[in-house]
Amino acid sequence: MTALLDLELLFVTGKGGVGKTTVAAAIAEVAARRGQRVLVCEMDAKGALATAFEVATLEFEPTEVEPGLHAMSMNTEDALQEYLRLFIKIPFLGRIGPLASTLDFVADAAPGVKEILAIGKLAWEVKERHYDLVVVDAEASGHVVSQIGAPKVIADLVQVGVVKDQTQWMLDILEDPRRTGVAVVTTSEEMPVTESIELLERLTTETGTFPAAVIANRVLPEIFDDAERDVADRMSGAVDLLVDEVGPGVAAVVEAARIIESRREIGESHLARLATAIEGLDLSGATRGRAALDLPILSIPEMFSRAHGRRVVSLVADVLDRTLDAGSRDGSTV
Amino acid sequence: MATRKRRTAPSVDPLLASREMILVAGSGGVGKTTVAAALGLAAVQRQASRVLVLTVDPARRLATALGLEAFGNTPVRIDDQALADAGLDVRGELYVAMLDTKAGWDELIRRHAPDAATRDAVLANPLYQNITSRFVHSHDYLAMEQLHDLHATGEYDLVIVDTPPSRNALTILDAPGRMADFFGSRLLRWLTVPYRSRLFTFASKPFYKIADTILGSRFLQDIADFFVLFQAMEKGFVKRAKEVEALLVDPRTAFVVVSTLEAAPAHEAKFLAESLRERKMPIGAIIANRVLPDHLADVAASRAAEVLAERTGSGGDGALAVAVAAELGADDEVVDAVLHRMAERFDEVAMVAARERQRRSELASLATTTVDVPWLRGDIHDLSGLGVLARHLRGLPNAAESS
Repeated sequence: MTALLDLELLFVTGKGGVGKTTVAAAIAEVAARRGQRVLVCEMDAKGALATAFEVATLEFEPTEVEPGLHAMSMNTEDALQEYLRLFIKIPFLGRIGPLASTLDFVADAAPGVKEILAIGKLAWEVKERHYDLVVVDAEASGHVVSQIGAPKVIADLVQVGVVKDQTQWMLDILEDPRRTGVAVVTTSEEMPVTESIELLERLTTETGTFPAAVIANRVLPEIFDDAERDVADRMSGAVDLLVDEVGPGVAAVVEAARIIESRREIGESHLARLATAIEGLDLSGATRGRAALDLPILSIPEMFSRAHGRRVVSLVADVLDRTLDAGSRDGSTV
Repeated sequence: MATRKRRTAPSVDPLLASREMILVAGSGGVGKTTVAAALGLAAVQRQASRVLVLTVDPARRLATALGLEAFGNTPVRIDDQALADAGLDVRGELYVAMLDTKAGWDELIRRHAPDAATRDAVLANPLYQNITSRFVHSHDYLAMEQLHDLHATGEYDLVIVDTPPSRNALTILDAPGRMADFFGSRLLRWLTVPYRSRLFTFASKPFYKIADTILGSRFLQDIADFFVLFQAMEKGFVKRAKEVEALLVDPRTAFVVVSTLEAAPAHEAKFLAESLRERKMPIGAIIANRVLPDHLADVAASRAAEVLAERTGSGGDGALAVAVAAELGADDEVVDAVLHRMAERFDEVAMVAARERQRRSELASLATTTVDVPWLRGDIHDLSGLGVLARHLRGLPNAAESS
């Protein structure tokens, strides 16, 4: 976790529905709590980040949602406007409206153009050191590789032009494991874990950007030790007795424990599969200047009270904050 | 576990019997692929018909379970013997195919290309693959395309499509329209005028200058070359996109919205169902997947948890644990600890169950049929597991249930 907050650009991704936005918001909050100046950016304009901070909407222009914590929503057209202003020095901004929308359409069709505008904006904030940390609530795992890989694609496809010249400084930031990393968020379910493994493999082989952490979200806490678990498994054999003693509702109490416990066991096996896959990753490229890269699985417990919004962001931030204090050794165990 | 009897259990049977095309939609991770496969199975169990399930990138274990180590655009029949071995009697024939975006595009190009030269030029264009995988949400469009094609072959009584997981569920509904729009767009017209006249056309000059500065003229020319070729296929593409669009509102088509009752997927499912209604696209059924048992949210259960908590742990006299331990042949203290923990944790599960019940009723108000699938132990990864799911979808009792 300490290492996570030392980065300057952190992409947070994962399969849809695993709580990626909440985790991105929570990481940003922890960094802000520790006095960093933070920007958190939602890439898919779905409004989930606004919900996480309980604000009506987020715009391209960042909003300070908490002291030191700025939030924005990516918009390619605004990114293009800014790009033209900064790099091409277009003086007649008022007149590029229709032009911008047409170019936006080119961006829609041409490989990597739309992505590079978005990535370029984020990398620009890093390059200019406007923030200590930029946290990206990135696209879901299926799309994030093409997003992060866009500068590389452009560098390969475009022979001349400003964009070509610009990809190099972006790649310098994106491919430096001390500056940029990806946090892969998953839950302890089959499909999210499978997608996370595929994503980790694709990231390490198809982009020069490296994973910085794997975050297991909504992990069910262990209720029983081994001896207790054995008794709990057999408890249905005493349900009749319990019903006589406690009342008819007790059957549901025993069943609930069984459901939650078997969910937990299945989840544990998926996380074990994830840990094995991580061990097999070739992260040698990311060890530049360091002895070895450890890729911890940070565990965030299921928050039974709430699933969304400001409250859960704060709860998750508390957990991440503690994980950081405990040091990375603690964080590496699930 | 005693469950309250319903007069008639909700079932997908009427839907499967009355439609020719079913689109299974919902957010990622809700079990959409599995539900689509189980719907196919349910259909052939009841009807002596040919049913095809078109899926996108299924979990590998599911593919293996279906007897499909490798399969592509071409439908593969699920072996009757494999079904029989899993204890599944079927009356019809079940086929599965997987959506392969790249192959799907190649097929489209082959079909719509006016001549062999254009076809080969497009397929060989270096930008082709890159562009097709990105623009106008090609996954969504191709799923629709293939549905249309497979239905049009007349070989199947029912085609079920497991739609691609979309960032926004609506993209799939809009995909055919966007495809048609693209061909009518200014961009395409501009890109496909001859290079020289484009350079000197007064209207496009400022734009060209900017685009040229940013992207480099060579890259623009590469794109233009590609779209010039592509434009030759405009007529076929637009006509097809319109047909595909019409298919979505055809009375023979229905959407099945799958969701778990967790906050995010349920929210997306609600949004999707409402959008379908606005667009007058028929919602055949909502499938609430991985539903916790109703009685977890009952007052009697939480009352029992309170009593159990009082009679165990530090506040209890230990008598209950002794009695239970005798029944189970277990240690008194361990039993006491287990019972106390069960009572303590119950509130958390009950809270989740209550919230999920609330979301279920919100979802159910959006469709005439809502089918609950209980939380089943583990992921489904074989035919018999699929059979259990199919029974739930059909509203039939499952005798040997582990949950």
